[in-house]
Amino acid sequence: MLFKSSKISAVVEWGTLLISTVLVCFFLVVVIWEIVSKGAGQLSWDFITKVPSAGMTKGGILTPIIGTVMLTILTALFAIPFGVCCAIYLNEYAEDNWLTRTIRASIRNLSGVPSIIYGLFGLALFVQALQLGTSLLAAGLTLGLLSLPYIITTTEEALMRIPNSTREAALAVGATKFETIKDVVLPSAMPGILTGVVLTLSRAAGETAPILFTGAAFYINNSNGYLNQEFMALPYHLYMLSTQHQSIEEVRPIAYGTALVLIIVVFFMNLTAFYIRFKYRKSATEM
Amino acid sequence: MKYKTRLSLDILFKIVFKGTGLLVLALLGGILAMLVYNSFSFFMDVKPLDFITGMEWSPTAAIPKYGMLPLVLSTTLVTFGAMFIAIPLGIGTAAYIAEYASPRVKNLLKPAIEMLAAVPSVVIGFLGIVVLSPGIADLADLSNGLNALNGAILLAVMALPTIITIAEDAIHAVPKTYKEASYAMGATKWQTLRKIIIPAAAPGIIAAVMLGVGRAIGETMTVLMATGNASILPTSMFDSVKTMTATIAIEMGEVPYQTTHYFALYAIATVLFLMTLAANMLGEYFINRFRKYHAV
Amino acid sequence: MKTKLSARNLNISFGTKQVLKNIDIQFVENEITALIGPSGCGKSTLLRSFNRMHDLSPDAKITGTLQLEDLDLYAKSVPVTQIRKRIGMVFQKANPFPKSIYENIAYGLRINNLPCDKSIVEKALREAFLWEEVKNDLKMPATRLSGGQQQRLCIARAVALRPEVILMDEPCSALDPVSTLKIEELIIYLKKKYTIVIVTHNMQQAQRIADKTVFLYLGEIKEEGPTHKIFDSPENEMTANYIHGQFG
Repeated sequence: MLFKSSKISAVVEWGTLLISTVLVCFFLVVVIWEIVSKGAGQLSWDFITKVPSAGMTKGGILTPIIGTVMLTILTALFAIPFGVCCAIYLNEYAEDNWLTRTIRASIRNLSGVPSIIYGLFGLALFVQALQLGTSLLAAGLTLGLLSLPYIITTTEEALMRIPNSTREAALAVGATKFETIKDVVLPSAMPGILTGVVLTLSRAAGETAPILFTGAAFYINNSNGYLNQEFMALPYHLYMLSTQHQSIEEVRPIAYGTALVLIIVVFFMNLTAFYIRFKYRKSATEM
Repeated sequence: MKYKTRLSLDILFKIVFKGTGLLVLALLGGILAMLVYNSFSFFMDVKPLDFITGMEWSPTAAIPKYGMLPLVLSTTLVTFGAMFIAIPLGIGTAAYIAEYASPRVKNLLKPAIEMLAAVPSVVIGFLGIVVLSPGIADLADLSNGLNALNGAILLAVMALPTIITIAEDAIHAVPKTYKEASYAMGATKWQTLRKIIIPAAAPGIIAAVMLGVGRAIGETMTVLMATGNASILPTSMFDSVKTMTATIAIEMGEVPYQTTHYFALYAIATVLFLMTLAANMLGEYFINRFRKYHAV
Repeated sequence: MKTKLSARNLNISFGTKQVLKNIDIQFVENEITALIGPSGCGKSTLLRSFNRMHDLSPDAKITGTLQLEDLDLYAKSVPVTQIRKRIGMVFQKANPFPKSIYENIAYGLRINNLPCDKSIVEKALREAFLWEEVKNDLKMPATRLSGGQQQRLCIARAVALRPEVILMDEPCSALDPVSTLKIEELIIYLKKKYTIVIVTHNMQQAQRIADKTVFLYLGEIKEEGPTHKIFDSPENEMTANYIHGQFG
């Protein structure tokens, strides 16, 4: 009898854990199912190539798509050079002193700062102090700041994986430290760096809070994405369609469509990052 | 390239690289300065005590009230609710993945959880409106389902990937020798898990929870869309609540520049910053203990 | 019997730990000199001081004179990249660049402003006894070569720069016996053109290839001389004990 009850309790215990796991997967399934099933009907060539019209109740979402694409490009332009250079400094040059430790602690803290506070900072610095006004540029720079800690961290990890013997080899043939980094270390770390960059950018593409006060608008007059003007973006569009629109019920289908496009964009970028990581691991094990 | 040029480039780039490190410091310094400066401006107009203990937040009323308690309590309520759901589910899932799942299942689960983490917060908030809200309204017989419970469930979904990933790392890192010793004494898998592995992984698990809490406190869009945004002192999970993040998001867009209300929002932001800082530093402290522990 | 490389009064410490004490040594041109001794005796440290690899360690303190013929290696006016072109190094574990075989050799040539084309690369690979094995696919990533081939590639990379001295830090310790013999053959062939200093843990190797042998213990040179004399009739008791395997 003792054996039987312990067997039953073993199953119960395993079952409890399994149920947790199943529930978590259930959440993912619900998210995807709900958006895909109700949004797929919206997807059409027109939907992604036409601008919104009739107060957002008709037309497509081309303008928000352009806005999100441009934001992501701006984020990349700002965050990648600064982030990679900072990671190079930390991993290749910095000695273990208080300054380095402070910089590292700052990066860890910055990555925990809520995105809305980055929005406030972007408002204060880019929109107001630097007088860029609410614009694509201000919002892009704000997202760039938000992304900086992640790019620094992932790039540093990629650089750390390059063994020191490779650096010594370059120095031994007479390369300067900069040449060693430029010609040998960076190229080998590139897949790891790229993975981090793509993942960070996919996060930035889905962010709403930092662009709330720095330039996102619900309706603008043209869809050409001027740097110094307000813009539309997919996450903001979804937010407004589902909470602020006059006829929320009427635009609900468009909201679903927007959500689906946003998820597709984000998942696609994530899959790209997975693919890069996978290929990189494969070639690393071949060494 | 001539040697002199190579040397100059070497020195130039060393300066550039170091400069970006200092830029990071400047960024954190800038954020801190912004928060401090504006909060100080606020405390010129409103007494700190009134702010910290005030139970009413109505900055646009005839006599404006700037009490932070309704907002802080709303955030706390929603976060607690989220953790109530996410901690058992998160640790349970992490334990399942680390101890029970076959490699094939693991290779499906881990990407699935990363996918869940990748869903933008605005999409989760949207689902709170279209799926959860009617659901909760039906179950609890309310006019609408935009309340703290809704927000808590959504925040749990957002915090779960963080908790699961870090907790699973912690459980996975427990040395095999502990498990083997336990089994050798005749303990079952579950007993080993509960009495040996989880306690050994405790620092890492606590870190996971702290970082999940930090995420939940700082989340904006989800709560903005799903909790109803009524700035009253919450009394139950079915009340409409307005978190600190939602307050800033909603009111900042409409507030005139450099008025008391404007500064008040920065004061809220400072409290928010301090709370997430505390959660994250606790998380880091435990991660360090977890690492030191396994350096043995 | 010209002295190519020399050290006088050399003392090296890392922080508070002194690793080399009062080293006086000369390496003769076109000879192979082996540095032997138990782990931690300072042989690698001595080797690396000649091509200034200790520049990478901020806590390294070096006093004394190190010279390549008449050139003071640590003089401020001497560019370190020049020194490393004239004194090449082969490391314990082969460390080819993560590039193609061709690029591994071309890179050093290019940054040192030396002429670089297929014939020069071929010459370097021939000198390293590697050409026949890789001539059909120079674009292949160097990391796909076997351990022994990678090490020969690293040797080719070093000789392509036409150095005067080649420093080798236990180049065969990570290789199987067959590869080891191939490389030993290569080293003997190379001594015609280069001065070679090799650190080795393998005493049979020292006896097989070295003209002179230097025995280090706890940071000091205990004995040095022609290889056969060191191994057949060592003067120092410590040397004898080490050779007979009583420690190290």
